[in-house]
Amino acid sequence: MASLMEKVRPQFWDTGSDVGAGKSLFNYRRIWRFAIFLLALVALVPLMVMAFIDYNVTRHSLESENLLRTSRTTSNTRRTVAYFLKERTKALDFLAQEQGVEALRDNKNLAKGLASLQQSFGGFVDIGVIDDRGRQIAYIGPYDLLGRNYSGQEGFATTMAHGTYISRVFLGFRDEPHLVVSRKVRDSETGEDFILRATLDTDQFNSILTNLDLPGGGDAFVVDRDGIIQTPSKEHGSLLTKVDLAIPGYSDSTRVEQVRGGDGMAYTVGYAYIHDTPFIVLVVKHTRELMKPLQTIRMELLWILITSIIVILLVIVGVATYMVNKIYIADQTRARTLHRMEHTNRMASIGRLAAGVAHEINNPLAIINEKAGLIHDLFTYKQEYALDERLLGNIDSILNSVLRCGKITKRLLSFARHIDVETDEIEFKDLANEVVDFLRKEAEYRSITIEMDIPEKLPPFISDRGKLQQIFLNLVNNAFQAMNDGGHLSISARETAWDQLVFTVADDGCGIPESDIKRIFDPFFSTKKKTGGTGLGLSITYGLVQELGGTMTVESEVGKGTTFTIIMPLKGDNTEDMTDKA
Amino acid sequence: MKVLLVDDEVELVSAMAERLGFRDVDADWADNGESALAMAEETAYDVAVLDMKMPRLSGLELMELLAERHPDMKFIFLSGHGSEADFKAGCAAGCNYLIKPIQLEDLVALIHKVAA
Repeated sequence: MASLMEKVRPQFWDTGSDVGAGKSLFNYRRIWRFAIFLLALVALVPLMVMAFIDYNVTRHSLESENLLRTSRTTSNTRRTVAYFLKERTKALDFLAQEQGVEALRDNKNLAKGLASLQQSFGGFVDIGVIDDRGRQIAYIGPYDLLGRNYSGQEGFATTMAHGTYISRVFLGFRDEPHLVVSRKVRDSETGEDFILRATLDTDQFNSILTNLDLPGGGDAFVVDRDGIIQTPSKEHGSLLTKVDLAIPGYSDSTRVEQVRGGDGMAYTVGYAYIHDTPFIVLVVKHTRELMKPLQTIRMELLWILITSIIVILLVIVGVATYMVNKIYIADQTRARTLHRMEHTNRMASIGRLAAGVAHEINNPLAIINEKAGLIHDLFTYKQEYALDERLLGNIDSILNSVLRCGKITKRLLSFARHIDVETDEIEFKDLANEVVDFLRKEAEYRSITIEMDIPEKLPPFISDRGKLQQIFLNLVNNAFQAMNDGGHLSISARETAWDQLVFTVADDGCGIPESDIKRIFDPFFSTKKKTGGTGLGLSITYGLVQELGGTMTVESEVGKGTTFTIIMPLKGDNTEDMTDKA
Repeated sequence: MKVLLVDDEVELVSAMAERLGFRDVDADWADNGESALAMAEETAYDVAVLDMKMPRLSGLELMELLAERHPDMKFIFLSGHGSEADFKAGCAAGCNYLIKPIQLEDLVALIHKVAA
């Protein structure tokens, strides 16, 4: 797992702000996090808002569709129930018209009428004729109700006033539920009003509702205006008990409401008052059942949403990582170039200074040379001093010193000259000697042994002398800093079969930990910050090697030492190409 | 054989002339281009040894003037720059030069070579 993390971790990840002073401006991880946050924000927020809106719209339309469907069912049921009741009252009308009220007062005729009603409609239990004072003057049925006075009853007054009366359901003959239908009829001969009163059993009435095909376990039944259940209900109470749902107020039209039942569940209730009857048709459905399609939609929506979010996040993280990595690499390259230029500039001004100093010193040196030479000549050519060996020795020593100073000024001048880009034919042995000469005194003080393993017949190669000097000076300097007093430095060179030269600079110093080795060529990476390291030496060296078309690698073991290997092409043309590209 | 030494450093050029004298080379010296031209009018010099960098007349300018008036005169240049490349750039191909500080034996050898 850890090694996998190591593999996918982008280059910029380990560059904390502690890496270098100039780096604090480039917190790549923050840029990366910010990019991801911003991209995710603009991509995911609209997506989630859209999903939320879509879900709500779907729910809303499903809800209204359910309400509509329930409303339609309720209306249809109301129509059926109303029609059923109307049909019964009209049957009584028909009977009165057909037989004449007078004839119906005769029990024989009334019995015939009841029989025909039972035959053609069914459900009629008894029938009676009541006069306008409320007395039952004729009756056919299982009870002995002849002569019974109905004037005090609600049904009598209502019928007399409105012409029709339909009672609530009650337990009548044999404790079966029944309802009464009464109809005012007029005797056309006498002009007297009578009431035809019939009792119906509720089997047919019930079957209208129980046969209703309601999807999703709905319940359709009739209650009266007090909420007493009139036809059997599957779930909301038994016959002639109070329904466990709140009964909404009167309304002419069909209504649908969301209510909470006595069992605490949510129900969608369609209700419709039936005109001129005490009945209300209720169509009750489980809201949860109705909303089941929403569950499916919700799951689908959720899957799409989750998949989209995952894909979007993956793409965002990928793109952000790629971009920030590119920025990081660009910054690195720029920093390296910038600091190499800075270094080159500094070296150039040091070079100019060195040249100036060397030139100024050269003139007095020439005078000393000539004057000492003249004294030497005087002593040599005029015999009187020729035998004084001590004087001649002194003068020779002055001349030798002048010679040495001359060498130093020449070296300074040559160093200054090679700051500028210039290709040259180079004997590596000479170059290595020049570089080591700069540090030979320090090596002597610190008793560092320098071994050089450079074959005499190494082919000369074309390159930039100044840059090569810098490369080797940097590497040797680095090695000196890594070593304790008494260390060993070895410089070697050999030719490969592919027209390349391989140079190595190896020390037996402190070595580089594995965690640092990846970053030692990065600008500003330094373990010598406290002792004044800039973290630029190896970065510049690396850049110079690249500029000359070479490659540079490092091997190191903590406590054992470090070896830098440089591979350079023998031909100069190669170098030019690489420089142009860089 | 007569040699004319020209260098703006009097101490240098006088000592050099005296040392050449010890080596059987008859040398006069001048510390600027004008007096060198005047001296060349009076004496016929075989070889002129000129410093490259001098005030007013540089070594190269002086050479042109001298060569115009004395076509047989040979020239040797001295340069304090220490840079052979710089020297070559300012000097025609095949000209003779020595880098300061010089070894007098080298100069003597070169004078003999040029005069021959």
